[in-house]
Amino acid sequence: MASVTPHLNPFKTNWLMRVGTLVVAGYILYAFSNMGLNFQRMAIGMEHAERLLSRMFPPNFERWELLLHDLMESLQIAIIASAVGIIISLFVGLFAARNLMPNIISAPARVIIAICRTFHPVIIAILFVKSVGFGALAGILTLIVASIGFIAKLFAEAIEEISLKQVEAIRATGASFVSLILFAVLPQVFSRFIGFSTYQLDSNLRNSTMVGLVGAGGLGGTLFSAFQRFDYDFVTAILLTIIALILLGEALSNLVRRVFSS
Amino acid sequence: MTALPVTSSPQTDAMTMNTAPAKYQRFTPLQRAARYLVYVIMLASLFASLRTVEVIPEFLYDAPTQMADMFERMWPLDIAAYPGTIHQALMETLNIATLGTLLCLILAVPLALLNARNVMPSRIVNWLAQTCLVTSRSVNSLVWALLFVAIFGPGTIAGVLAVALRSVGFVGKLLAEALEEINMGSIEALKATGASMPSILVKGYWPQVVPAFFSIVLFRWDINVRESAVLGLVGAGGIGVVLNDAMNLFQWQLVATILVSILVVVLLAEWVVVRVRKKLI
Repeated sequence: MASVTPHLNPFKTNWLMRVGTLVVAGYILYAFSNMGLNFQRMAIGMEHAERLLSRMFPPNFERWELLLHDLMESLQIAIIASAVGIIISLFVGLFAARNLMPNIISAPARVIIAICRTFHPVIIAILFVKSVGFGALAGILTLIVASIGFIAKLFAEAIEEISLKQVEAIRATGASFVSLILFAVLPQVFSRFIGFSTYQLDSNLRNSTMVGLVGAGGLGGTLFSAFQRFDYDFVTAILLTIIALILLGEALSNLVRRVFSS
Repeated sequence: MTALPVTSSPQTDAMTMNTAPAKYQRFTPLQRAARYLVYVIMLASLFASLRTVEVIPEFLYDAPTQMADMFERMWPLDIAAYPGTIHQALMETLNIATLGTLLCLILAVPLALLNARNVMPSRIVNWLAQTCLVTSRSVNSLVWALLFVAIFGPGTIAGVLAVALRSVGFVGKLLAEALEEINMGSIEALKATGASMPSILVKGYWPQVVPAFFSIVLFRWDINVRESAVLGLVGAGGIGVVLNDAMNLFQWQLVATILVSILVVVLLAEWVVVRVRKKLI
């Protein structure tokens, strides 16, 4: 009879993971004790939540005219910002592609994209509200900046991944630079560009309801003032409208994507 | 691009040779019509919006001057204010982002398990979990923050909960997708040994989704650092409170300093995520 082989545990103990878990648990305890969260406060909070929920339902659609007006403004902001943003990022993305442009053009374009991406849209919205005043214009400018940061970056990356064979073939015919872009580069990236654009249209719809929180037009402003006036049933109505708008936007962008995906 | 539809096939070409040149088209007429329809609708909605949007033209012409004026007031930076007020608020922001991300896992992991079709066979439960995840994603984090400020009062707790509930949808969805993509072979082997459900989860599913799990959590933490910087605008703690106060008092140099410090923290967070990801995955 063969000697019994020592039992091997197929699952190795991962000490790094165990220590990491302990550190995370310690951090959670420390951070919670720092925040001054105790059971008394939780209990009071739950009471508040109960009262809040009872005042939020049923939703109050009495001021539907105001709601409709703001909804239209949110839509307008999203549509205009998407259109302008898509057109600008078409050019910025082309300029930022390192395989088509010399470094002297692509580097500044990349800096522009990086600046557009680093700040949260709300912060950009605040700056625009302070410089161009309250209203839809600030929202439009904010979402244009956000669109450039997203579409131009992904578009430039898509262009950098194209096959250069077709570019060489078109170049061999002696085509001009514009035709090179139109017939060798764009056909290869067009469907992805449509994908990015519809995604951004969708997220612009979401964000157009949010920039209003800092006074840049749209549904968000009404939401914020309803909160401040404790009109919680109207808040629910606005939130339901926003969710409906977002679902509609998702459906629309899926439809557009299906049309262009073939 | 899938197969390109050709209006005339090779056989008809051979039969009608020298009579009509073959015409190759990339899209069928229906596809082209659909595309043109989309273009027309887009243009029409753009013009309708441009005609009806309430923009005061004077503000548009005036914008470059106003912006130049604002940036002029922001210079030079008020660095002396950093150790006093900004540093502590920045740390609070980082704490909100981290705690919110950790807290979201408590909700996101069970929801992801219920949402994954290969873990939870019941379609109704899948659909219920999916609804929870979609609701979490479609409410903006600022709106979540407003709700929690109304419940718990202004402060860090509202921020942490807002970040957590906003992240649940994102983390849960991606985690469920990662769970659905795993190789079921090892799960079946474990089931064949008569292992209990918890041990199947821990020894079968978990080792296969570890890399995806960490990359999702790190990615969300990076996003949350950016988002928690603005939560203070609605009173949910962090650097946003300081930013809001400075802006209401027109202390533009302080505003500029806060913006630069947010920028530095965001870039640092990105760098940390890249390093940790390389280590873990």
